[in-house]
Amino acid sequence: MARISLRVVALGYLLFLLVLPVGVIVFRTFENGVGAVIDALTTESALHAFQVTLYVAIPAVIANTIFGVGVAILLVRHRFRGRRLLDALVDLPLAVSPVVVGLALILVYGRFEPIGGWLADRGIDMIFSIPGMVMATIFVSLPLVVRAIAPVLEEIGVEQEQAAWTLGATSWQAFRRVTIPAIKWALAYGMVLSLARSLGEYGAVAVVSGRLVDQTQTMTLFVEERFQNFDQQAAYAAAFVLAVIAVISLLAINLLRPKEGSS
Amino acid sequence: MIRAQNVSKNFGTFAALTDVSVDIPPGSLTALLGPSGGGKSTLLRIIAGLETPDTGTIEIGGADSTRVSPQRRNVGFVFQHYAAFKHMTVAENVAFGLSIRKRPKAEIAKRVTELLELVHLEQFSQRYPAQLSGGQRQRMALARALAVEPQVLLLDEPFGALDAQVRKELRAWLRRLHDEVNVTTVFVTHDQEEAMEVADSIVVMAEGQVKQVGTPDELYERPASDFVMSFLGPVTTLHGRLVRPHDLLLTAEPGDGAVPAVVERVVRLGFEVRVDATVAGEPIWAQVTRYRARLLDLKSGDTVYVRELDRVDAVSTSSRESSARSA
Repeated sequence: MARISLRVVALGYLLFLLVLPVGVIVFRTFENGVGAVIDALTTESALHAFQVTLYVAIPAVIANTIFGVGVAILLVRHRFRGRRLLDALVDLPLAVSPVVVGLALILVYGRFEPIGGWLADRGIDMIFSIPGMVMATIFVSLPLVVRAIAPVLEEIGVEQEQAAWTLGATSWQAFRRVTIPAIKWALAYGMVLSLARSLGEYGAVAVVSGRLVDQTQTMTLFVEERFQNFDQQAAYAAAFVLAVIAVISLLAINLLRPKEGSS
Repeated sequence: MIRAQNVSKNFGTFAALTDVSVDIPPGSLTALLGPSGGGKSTLLRIIAGLETPDTGTIEIGGADSTRVSPQRRNVGFVFQHYAAFKHMTVAENVAFGLSIRKRPKAEIAKRVTELLELVHLEQFSQRYPAQLSGGQRQRMALARALAVEPQVLLLDEPFGALDAQVRKELRAWLRRLHDEVNVTTVFVTHDQEEAMEVADSIVVMAEGQVKQVGTPDELYERPASDFVMSFLGPVTTLHGRLVRPHDLLLTAEPGDGAVPAVVERVVRLGFEVRVDATVAGEPIWAQVTRYRARLLDLKSGDTVYVRELDRVDAVSTSSRESSARSA
C-alpha cells in the first residue's frame, strides 16, 4: 500500500513538473500542422540561432573534454599541494548562479576593463560575441567531464598503466592505448552531458551575449526572444527542438551508462 | 645479475626500506619473503623502476639503472591483480610490448603463438580477460611480460589473489617455466611454503631490512635469528630457546638432558601427531610420527620426557625406529 501511494506521488510529481509542460509544448508546436513548424524553424533568425548554438557548444565541449581528462588524471593519479582546492574549485560552477558567471566575465573581459581592453585593442572582442559565450558555456559545464571519468579512473587503478610502462610504452602511449579505452564510455557519457548542458545554457550566455538578434542569439535566447515578441509558433517550435535534443541526450546517456559499469 | 646497494625509501614518515643491499645471481629464481609491510614489494618496484629510491643504487646486468625509466629497463613485471588490459584480447595483451616496439606483424603473431603455447592458453587467444579464470589471467600476464624478452622477470605476489589449489599448481608450473626460459626471476611472497618450494634462493625481509639471504635449506637449518626461524616454519620454546617441534624427541624413560613433560592433548593430523604438553608449567608442543605416538601410547595426563634431537640423534632414532618396526 505504502509503495503504491509512493509511486502515485512520484509519478504525479513528475507529471505536473515535467510531462505536462513538455507535452503542452509538443501539442502547441504542432497545433497548426507540421508545415508551420518547418516554416518557423527555417526562418533566417532561427537558422542563425542554430548556427550560433553550435559555434558555442562544440568548442565548449571540446575544451571541457580536454580539460576534463587532464584534471581528472591530475586529481586521481597525482598527489600535490593544492589538490583538494582544485577538487573543490572544479565543482564551483555547480554552486554559482550562471547569471553571476556572466556578470563576472563581463567585469574581466568587458571592453572597458584592463584585460578585455587589451584584447579589444588586438581585435578580439570577448563580450557580446562568440568567444565570451564559449567561455561562459565552458564555465557552467566545467565539472561534467571531470566528474564522469574521475571515479572510473579511480576504479581501474594505476596498474594497467604501469604494466604498459614496463612493456615499453611511453606515458602518452599508455594513455592512448590503455587509459583512454578503459575510460571511453565514461568519457562519452561526460561529453554527452556536457553537450546537453551547453546547448541548454541560458543565464550566463544571456548576460555575456548581449542578446543581439541575428548576431549572438543562441537557441535558448531565440526561444525567449520570440516568446516575448508574441511569435509563439517559433518559440514553441524551437523549444520543441531543444526538448528533442535533450531526450536524445538522455537516451544516449542511458545507453552509455551500463557499458561503463560492466567494463 | 641484479644488485641493490644501500637502498632506502621512505613514504612520508614510514621507512619502507632502510639501507638494503642484496645481490641476485643471474639465472636464479629468487624469493623476497617476509611479512606484509616488510618492504619486499617496494624493493621489487624499485628494481622495476616503478618507484625511485631516496638513496642507493640499482644495477641490472652490470649497468647502473637507478635513474633509468621503467620503459627502458627491459624488465617484465607481473602484478598480483594481473593488470590485464581489459579491452584487449589475450593475444593482443601478449602482443602489446611487441607492437609498442613496432615489430613486423608476422613476427608478432608467431611470438604470441609460441608464448600462448608456453603458458597453455593457445585456445583462449581470442578471449577477453574477463572470460578467463584468475589462474589463466595470471598466466596471460606472465606471457605478456615474457614477450619482450626481459633481462629480468619480476613478480609481485603473483599467486596472492588465487585460491589455494590453483596457487599450488601455478607454483610448480612457475618452477618448470623458469627452468625452461631461464630468465633471472624475482618474486615477492609472504608465504614461506611457496618460497621454500619454488625458489633457489630466498631473501628474508622485515621492517624494511634484509634479515637473511640463503638457499631454502640454509635458512631452514641455520636461521640467523629467532625471527627468521619462526617465519620459516613452526617453532616452540624449550629451556627459553626456539626449537622446531619436529626436532623434539619424546621418550617414556628419563634420559640424558631430557625434562619431564605433562601431555595435555594429542591431536592426530593424518600422518603426523601433534602433542601439546607443559614443561614446568610452560606450554610446549611436539610433532611426532603416528608410529612413535602409538609406541609411547600417548594420552593426556601422561608424563613423558622431552629433549631436543641433534643431527646424530635424528639419524640414529630413525634407524632405531625402522629396526624396531622390522622386529
